[in-house]
Amino acid sequence: MTIQLEKVEAAKKEQLAVSSLGYQFGFHDEDAPKVSFDKGLSEDTVRRISEIKGEPKWMLDFRLRGYKQFLRKPVPTWGGDLSTLDFQDIHYFVKASDQQERSWEDVPEYIKDTFDKLGIPEAEKKFLAGVGAQYDSEVVYHNIREDLAKQGVIFCDTDTAVREHPELVQQYIGTIIPPGDNKFAALNTAVWSGGSFVYVPEGVHVEIPLQAYFRINAESMGQFERTIIIAEPNSFVHYVEGCTAPMYSSESLHSAVVEIIVKEGARVRYTTIQNWANNVYNLVTKRAVAYKNATMEWIDGNLGSKLTMKYPAVYLMEPGAHGEILSVAMATTGMHQDAGAKVVHVAPDTTSVINSKSISRGGGRTSYRGLVKVYPGAERSKSKVRCDALLLDEDSRSDTYPYMEIEDERVQIEHEATVSKIGEEQLFYLMSRGLTESEASTMIVNGFVEPIVKELPMEYAVEMNRLIQLQMEGAIG
Amino acid sequence: MADTPTFVIEDLHVAIDGKQILKGVDLTVSKGEVHALMGPNGSGKSTLANALMGHPRYTITGGRILYKGDDITGLTPDDRARRGMFLAFQYPLEIPGVKVRQFLRLALKSVRGQDVKVSEFRKLLNEKMQQLEVDPVFAERYLNEGFSGGEKKRNEVLQMAILQPEIAIMDETDSGLDIDALKVVSQGINALRGPDLGILLITHYQRMLNYITPDFVHVLVDGRVVKSGGKELALELEERGYEQFEQEKVLEAVS
Repeated sequence: MTIQLEKVEAAKKEQLAVSSLGYQFGFHDEDAPKVSFDKGLSEDTVRRISEIKGEPKWMLDFRLRGYKQFLRKPVPTWGGDLSTLDFQDIHYFVKASDQQERSWEDVPEYIKDTFDKLGIPEAEKKFLAGVGAQYDSEVVYHNIREDLAKQGVIFCDTDTAVREHPELVQQYIGTIIPPGDNKFAALNTAVWSGGSFVYVPEGVHVEIPLQAYFRINAESMGQFERTIIIAEPNSFVHYVEGCTAPMYSSESLHSAVVEIIVKEGARVRYTTIQNWANNVYNLVTKRAVAYKNATMEWIDGNLGSKLTMKYPAVYLMEPGAHGEILSVAMATTGMHQDAGAKVVHVAPDTTSVINSKSISRGGGRTSYRGLVKVYPGAERSKSKVRCDALLLDEDSRSDTYPYMEIEDERVQIEHEATVSKIGEEQLFYLMSRGLTESEASTMIVNGFVEPIVKELPMEYAVEMNRLIQLQMEGAIG
Repeated sequence: MADTPTFVIEDLHVAIDGKQILKGVDLTVSKGEVHALMGPNGSGKSTLANALMGHPRYTITGGRILYKGDDITGLTPDDRARRGMFLAFQYPLEIPGVKVRQFLRLALKSVRGQDVKVSEFRKLLNEKMQQLEVDPVFAERYLNEGFSGGEKKRNEVLQMAILQPEIAIMDETDSGLDIDALKVVSQGINALRGPDLGILLITHYQRMLNYITPDFVHVLVDGRVVKSGGKELALELEERGYEQFEQEKVLEAVS
């Protein structure tokens, strides 16, 4: 497969944007038509989205398949409470130009307050709040993009990929998560917009983590992004999406689909930090397939939203494949984090690790929901599952739903789960050294999540700790 | 003896879960002094240590604790620590994911009431770790997690060395130590002795007092200090055990 490097360069109308923190980038399509859709979903909505984007027929057909499956599939009755989710009360297509009409005054006070406490710079606050700030720093963008292009790496938003790399998109989209996989994947298939497309050629190691902000504008940060990552044999890429600052959205449904193909000997690490505002249903389908001796790592931090249902999956297709899913969830008042992991051992000599940490406080609820499946013949497979829950008060709740479907006896499966409360003795110990009760609790919580946080890129780790500190303030009655 | 007593325990009564453990303890510890408090199992030694530091589960049912003339009986543990008190725990708690270095820096900032420069802290930590013969990798380990008994106790003494309290209560710091570890820990404590530090050394056995010579020895039996004296009292206890005092207690109960 020949990759036309120039095509990456060809996105001339893209305007780069970089924040003052230096790691959050975005660009904006100036020629984007100003389009506003009414709320609600119909076949016509789907057709119009495709038409506005000027998509080829195969993509329209793909969307329509998604739409049919969406109508057919039931709303899940397990997981979190979805009874108040009204599919007809949602905008399914909003252009960046429309979102920018939202004014800073409309952003809730608590979001602004958190921005201040996190020390988010002014320009970036507006961007994060979807008010539509633009940044400019051609230099940084071009340097990074040139480096990537030299290596033959494609990194663009998925809409651009449909236009410029249609053969690649067509080859892979929907192959890992088919349109009818579940109701929300079907919905995403029908109305997707934005998301990242990453292609890493054989043997290429991308040294810098690819950050979603790098190329995301207000539109593609939206509710229904579709991300595809293809790692050719013996390549490596680390993709980072999200941000610890709260993401404010006036829309209440976020339903992304992420498909990842990790070919022989390749390794992909996908890091997510989501901190959606507390009105958002965050219902995401993420799945990777790993081939011979390939490694897939999901690192997943869920700090916000009203309800998150997300279970990053790895299918271990060939011998030597390794999957790892590390996650942290924190649920505070009014929040339910139903998160977990799914590992499927299809081939022999495959290994997996699941490590989940959850924190509940102020009546928040966390659930670990995980599946380890071993197919017959996947002998000598090894899986290690560990989930730890920390409860900060009596009102909060934590549940564990570990499912095991082991169809081969010649395997080694370990499962360990703990639920703990911050102990009076631990607090007394730290307080006897001069720490206030709040400082002591925060230190215990930060220590609890440390095994996951230390896997994050530095700036995310720092922000994550600060955010936990914020969440903990006032946690002590 | 110093001019003003630093730490005064007056007729202290303490209960835990409704059970009366201390029944009127009087003790005075001044800066520069080392007091050994000895007693048999169940006499209330650990209750005293925890109550003095303000453990929330221990209820003061009578008496009071004075620190530099202030009544601190109702204060929270962190407040006591910031005033200059320290408790070396008999069973130091494990705090997973929190590095010794990270914890000590925040603790030092808390007791000093102001931020400590990274360079200054590093220097202080290295100096104290050397003094206590602690491996530098110690600072990068998670607080007490996976530490041996000896390492935990040495870590307590390291914390004490860094935080530089004026009154240190050491709760059975010798327990669980083999003879080599006991020597190292005792040497560490001796190195901290000086005119600015008062120590209340709580122990069941006399053996630690072979390395740390106390200025005063007190015997706690059934929630009361039944005898006080000089260092020779410890030797007497070594020879005759606590039975004589428990005997007195029985006689007292009968009469």
